[in-house]
Parts: sequence; structure tokens; C-alpha cells
Amino acid sequence: MTRIIKYIFYDIVRTRFVLLYTVFLWVSTFALFQLDSDTSKVVLSLLNIVLMVVPLISIIFTTIHFFNSYEFIELMLAQPVNRKVIFLGEYLAVASSLCGAYVAGVGIPMLIFGANQSAVALLFTGVALTCVFVSMAFLASVLTRDKAKAIGIALLFWFYFSLLYDGILLWVVYSFSDYPLEKITLTLIAFNPVDLGRIIMLLQLDISALMGYTGAFYKDFFGSSLGILFSGSILFLWAIVPLWTALRIFIRKDL
Amino acid sequence: MISFKNINKAFGKLQVLNQVNLDMAAGKSYALIGPNGSGKTTLIKSLLGLVIPTSGEILFDDKRITNDWKYREKIGYMPQIGRYPDNMRIGQLFDMMKNIRQGHDKTDEELIDSFKLYKIYDKRMHALSGGTRQKVSAALAFMFNVPVFILDEPTAGLDPVSVEILKEKILHEKQRGKLMIITSHVLSDLDELASDVVYIFEGRIQYNDTIEKLKIETNEKRLGKAIATLIRQKELLASVTE
Repeated sequence: MTRIIKYIFYDIVRTRFVLLYTVFLWVSTFALFQLDSDTSKVVLSLLNIVLMVVPLISIIFTTIHFFNSYEFIELMLAQPVNRKVIFLGEYLAVASSLCGAYVAGVGIPMLIFGANQSAVALLFTGVALTCVFVSMAFLASVLTRDKAKAIGIALLFWFYFSLLYDGILLWVVYSFSDYPLEKITLTLIAFNPVDLGRIIMLLQLDISALMGYTGAFYKDFFGSSLGILFSGSILFLWAIVPLWTALRIFIRKDL
Repeated sequence: MISFKNINKAFGKLQVLNQVNLDMAAGKSYALIGPNGSGKTTLIKSLLGLVIPTSGEILFDDKRITNDWKYREKIGYMPQIGRYPDNMRIGQLFDMMKNIRQGHDKTDEELIDSFKLYKIYDKRMHALSGGTRQKVSAALAFMFNVPVFILDEPTAGLDPVSVEILKEKILHEKQRGKLMIITSHVLSDLDELASDVVYIFEGRIQYNDTIEKLKIETNEKRLGKAIATLIRQKELLASVTE
């Protein structure tokens, strides 16, 4: 399995798309550091890019990659190996190459200009979101045989988690603003990996004071080691559950 | 060695395989013939475990293949379209396949030599022509000294010299008592390579016997003509019974 991962990893790292992605992240981080030398402020500006771009690139690239390697996956499945091995091998190769591109693109300029705790948190959030959206892309890919349809489903996932869900959440908060909503919003946030990433980051940046009582409540919760454990494991679940579902479908799928 | 028992496969409403019963024995080579969309590829894919039949079972060496993968150690497969990761080198691909199929100490690199693939080990897959990729697929299929070969359109897209090299290899392996399953639309190739004909039409096996017998029955000398006559006879029979 390691050699399958290794060679697929080599293949992906050399694709133009991934190279461009790395360069894009590298240039944006670099440019933001030119505007401001305070790492925390740069991290805050980068956060918006990371929360939108990383999920989009991860989910679209993975879906396209899956369908481009369809014949190759077929050939590997005709070899004496378990389907599970090929599937997980593909996942690990794609996820690790995209995480690598992200860490190289964002991490290297940060190392040059000085990294602090919030920079590390941003790297962690980006890597976690990459893993989550790669696994969603695999789910979108096994749900249909049609490449265009799969890309559509993938985009829908991204659209829902990046834009729609926040709208729904805002609507809930406004409609029930007379009630204490802290615990409920906390639960609702756990249902969206992007929001979870955003909250983790905002609390790292010490701007939670701007968010009033709710901010203080979140700070109290997410600031504790229990909160970090909670958010970390929820993000982990967000990567595992779609991947596991996709694996179940893939094992019984006709290729 | 391989037997299909009452295989049915439907994709949605489309019945692709319909009560297929077929036995294949070692040392023979089977030409799988039928028009486009008749179920040839589905039959091959169900043998490889890529497609799971709706009902029926497939036995390989008297063992059911459902949820098993070990039996594929004994199969060399050459797909109809060989597409590989763009940036992978030929050498890397061979290395990866050898790694997947561990336990084969002695690999058969005859085709790599005769196609001169060792010269382009460092080339990346996206730089290869369709024919060269086909050669890579062929070399991979024959690499592991397996008793069963499944070749889906092996000669399509190859230049005449390479076709002859591949044919020679197939005949050589056949003489060594291997089981071959070959699909092709080039019937003159099959005439040389195969000993038996399996004719599939609309998911049913319409004819399954030796080529010699088919030629005698239809009174034709060439396989192409014999098949054409067979189809005409079947059509005639169908119109009479209707």
C-alpha cells in the first residue's frame, strides 16, 4: 500500500494544478506579509482565503482526479488486492499531496517572516479542512458514474458548507434572539466543519472580545483543553464519516 | 477452471447478462465475440470482480469469487483502454505493479524486451502515444507468469510489427497450457489465436464450441465468414419461430 501511495503522491505533486495552488497560496501569504508585519493580522486576513479557497480547491481537484484515474483504479482493482486498500491508498495520496501543497504554500512564508501560535493554528485548520473536503469529494465521486454530475455534487457540498449553512445559522440566531442560544449555536456549529475552523481560529486571535457575551462563552469553551479536544475530534469525525460512507459504497460498486 | 453459473446482471432496467452459463478449461483459448454492447466487457469485468452480478455465481478453481480477491493472483488482465496517471513514469508503474503482486520472484519481461520498453522507462505516461500505452498494458498483463490471461481488444491500436510480437507471445503462452480469454473485433486475429468461440448476443450465449466445429457446421473456411453465417442462421431460425 505504501508504494501505491508513494507513486500516486508523486504523480499528483507534479500536476500543474497542484503546483499553481501552492504558488497561489505562497504569493498571497507573501503579499500579506508585505502589507503588515504583524503575524496575527496576516493570519486573520489569510483566514478568509483559507476558509473559502482550501475547501473549494480540495473538493474540486479530488473529484476531477478520481474520474481521471478511473481506468487506472479499474486496472489496480483487477490485481490481487482488496478494494479497501486501493480506496484508502487513493485517499491518503490525494489528501497528503494537497495538505503538502497547503503547508508548503502557507507555512514557508510564515517561517520566513516569523510564526506564532496563531500561525500554527491556521496551518492545522487548513490541513483539517483539506482532509474533510477530500473525503467529501470521494463521497461525491462514488455516488455517481458521471463526472459532470459528481463535480456538481461536490460543488453543492462546498456551497452548502461555505455559504448556505451560515445563512441558515444567522436566520436561526435572529429568529430566536430572545432565547439563550449559546449551547444551541455551539451544537449547530459542530455540524459545519468550515464554521468550526473559523471559530477555532477567531478564538486563537484574541478578537473574541468583539463578539460580546457569546464570544466570552465560546472563549471559555474552546479555550479550554476540553474544547480543543472537542473541536479537534469533531473535525476528525467530519473527515472519517464521509470517507467511511464512500468506502462502503465503493466496495459494492460496479466499475 | 472457471465457470459461470446462471449469471444475471442488470444495470437499472437494462439486462446486460441474461442467464449466462459458461465453463472454461485450462489450455484452451476462448474468443469472446459479439456486437458492441452485447455484454462481453461486463462478462470479463464480472470475472475480475469489478462488476458484481445481480444473481448467479462465478467459480474460479471451484471456489466462489464473491468477496474474494486472492484468486486474482492467477489472472493477467489487459484492459481495452489503458489510461495511467499522467506524471507516472513507465518504470514506476512496473515497480508499483510488482509491489502489488508480491510473491512473484520471477517476472516475465519478454514483452518489455521485445517492445523495447526498457529504453523509455523514464518517460512519463502523458508523453506516450496510444499504441505505446497499449504495449505497456500488454507487458503488464504478461509480467507475472499467471495461468489465466484476459485480453480485451489486445491488438487494437498496435502497429503491424507489434501485433505480430504480441500474437507470438499469446500463442507461446497458449502452448504452455494457459487459459486465454480474448475479445476482439479483428476476427482474422482470433482465427489464429483462439481454439474456441463464445458468441454473445444481447447478454445471452448463442454459441459455444470449438472454431473447427463452427467452421464445419457453417461450411466456411474463415472465422469471419463462419460467424456471419452463424448469425444469419440464428436470424432465420428466429424469424421462423416467430
